[in-house]
Amino acid sequence: MRIAGAVLLGLILLAACAAPWLAPNPPNRRFADLLSAPPTRIHVGDGSPAPHLHPLRIVSRLERRFDEDRATHVPLRWFSGVLVSADPDSGAPLLLLGSDAFGRDRFSRLLYGSRATLALAVLATLLATAVGALVGGVAGYAGGRLDTFLSRVSEFVVVLPAIYVALALRAVMPLVLPGSTIFVLLLTIFALLGWPMVARGVRAIVLVERDREYAMAARAAGASPTRLLTRHLLPAARGYLSTQASLLLPAFILAESTMSYVGLGFPDSTPTWGTMLQDASNVALLGDAPWALAPAAAIFMVVLGVNLLVQSTGHAPVQLER
Amino acid sequence: MARFLIRRLAFALVLLLCTSSAALFLTRLAPGDVTSQLGPFVPRAEIEAARSRFGLDRNPVVQWGSWLSRAVRLDFGDSFLYNRPVGPLVVRAAGNTAVLAVSALIVSTFVGIGLGIFTGTHRTGWLSAFVRGMSVMCISVPPLLMSLMLVFIAARTRWLPTGGMLSAGTVDASWTTATVDVAWHLVLPTLALALPIAAAFERLQSQSMSEAVRQPFLLAAIARGVPRRELVWRHAWPVSIRPICGVYGLVIGSLLSGSFIVEFVTAWPGIGRLMYEALRARDIYLVSACAAAGAGFLAFGTLLGDLLLAVADPGVREEIEA
Repeated sequence: MRIAGAVLLGLILLAACAAPWLAPNPPNRRFADLLSAPPTRIHVGDGSPAPHLHPLRIVSRLERRFDEDRATHVPLRWFSGVLVSADPDSGAPLLLLGSDAFGRDRFSRLLYGSRATLALAVLATLLATAVGALVGGVAGYAGGRLDTFLSRVSEFVVVLPAIYVALALRAVMPLVLPGSTIFVLLLTIFALLGWPMVARGVRAIVLVERDREYAMAARAAGASPTRLLTRHLLPAARGYLSTQASLLLPAFILAESTMSYVGLGFPDSTPTWGTMLQDASNVALLGDAPWALAPAAAIFMVVLGVNLLVQSTGHAPVQLER
Repeated sequence: MARFLIRRLAFALVLLLCTSSAALFLTRLAPGDVTSQLGPFVPRAEIEAARSRFGLDRNPVVQWGSWLSRAVRLDFGDSFLYNRPVGPLVVRAAGNTAVLAVSALIVSTFVGIGLGIFTGTHRTGWLSAFVRGMSVMCISVPPLLMSLMLVFIAARTRWLPTGGMLSAGTVDASWTTATVDVAWHLVLPTLALALPIAAAFERLQSQSMSEAVRQPFLLAAIARGVPRRELVWRHAWPVSIRPICGVYGLVIGSLLSGSFIVEFVTAWPGIGRLMYEALRARDIYLVSACAAAGAGFLAFGTLLGDLLLAVADPGVREEIEA
């Protein structure tokens, strides 16, 4: 189980890293004649031995019905800059998961989108864990008023339903912002909402560990509080930190998707799994286009991978999104 | 007990005041205001009139003071979007959310605990292996993905309505027809919200149940010849229910968060949807009233969770009664 989870996550990370080489088409290229097209079929045989495509023609624009032009053969191109593609100017681009409402290649956007989504989630997890460990460590080590204050603050933030706070914090910024600004903004919001969970546990661990013999020995040997905290006490919370990180990562991926889906996350020009999900919000089209749910499947695989990885380490994979 | 309740009530009031005031200030200080909803070609005088009607021409602190003095008299201001007092609007939306949350809670509790007892007492067999596998899957499908998937299935099969709360034809229908119609529309959002939580309950109940049946007192009960049914329900289950009661408060918080995206995807007219609209339009009084309603839900949920824990755990009960 654990290996399956690790392999799943590894493959997704690999795909994200190799996106420019794997994606058949540029993520923002629009194929004006192929709006909401179904996935391209790859044919073998019937006239040409090599795998090839047939260009799609619109039969009915309203119903989004397409027909294959069987007379024209467009061969697949291997290793021409990307792994595999079809000449996009031939009218038969390789659309492995179809195209979205703007005629952009969904598979390529999925690959490129994984970079923004995963980078944001991983960075936010690291930031929230680091801040939480620091604050919790200081609170547990220092004790007294500082501890009371920090604990009250973290308790208050933990009580709030995070997605509403995230929405409110995002909504009070100007609604239209460039993608890079949004990235930093969401990173800050996620870290702000994520640290208290971590801090509470770390504080409890440090509170116990600081009175242990080894900590006293270090203090007697003249270790400064900073050294004691970073070299001796926080390593004791390592297991806890990794568990918390594995809970935060899926939560942040979901938060990004939720916010982008409702239109308060990344702009549409930035492919992320959340912005791509907007395509699935059109119920009338969704029934005939299950491939619009591809980003949902991608999110599911990451969450499943993390859960499989965590479950086999003995912790219950019970996570409650707040 | 009375002291405990009074303390919780005070905490709830502080939470209510803090969240709604924070929402008011955040929305007030955000760039742009509600008058942008009037469009670009409105005479200056009209904009000024709207600004003075909503107190936007006054100092934020003064505005907060007058809002607070009216709020304690249960006058929460007017909504710009709906052009009517926010009180009834929010009560109605909060009621819809409560219906959704309560039905999801009931479904997840019964399904989760029931299946958890089954898998906890049957450690072998294909059926419990199947249930266990489904649980791990469902935990990895949070409400965002679950609702999208169910909407897709509903759109494809036309078994269930894909969104909304009432069909167009039933607006003037009799009371019974309308109730049936609402219940029919409730199925999909309830499932989307309840299944991940039911899966989490199943895992928790299963783990604690399989631990409970290994306790020596149960062996003693078997030796006394207690029938199996009684063994499970009278002896093992009351011991194993504690972890579930412990997370119940958390679950109610996660229901509130999860219901936002489920309401959004399935067009359920609840508090999440209303708050989103209000935030985007900078409808200042509506935002703070929604925040207050959310905080009220939360305070009630955590109180319910603590009381349940007190019922199941004598240690907690003593703490509360002290």
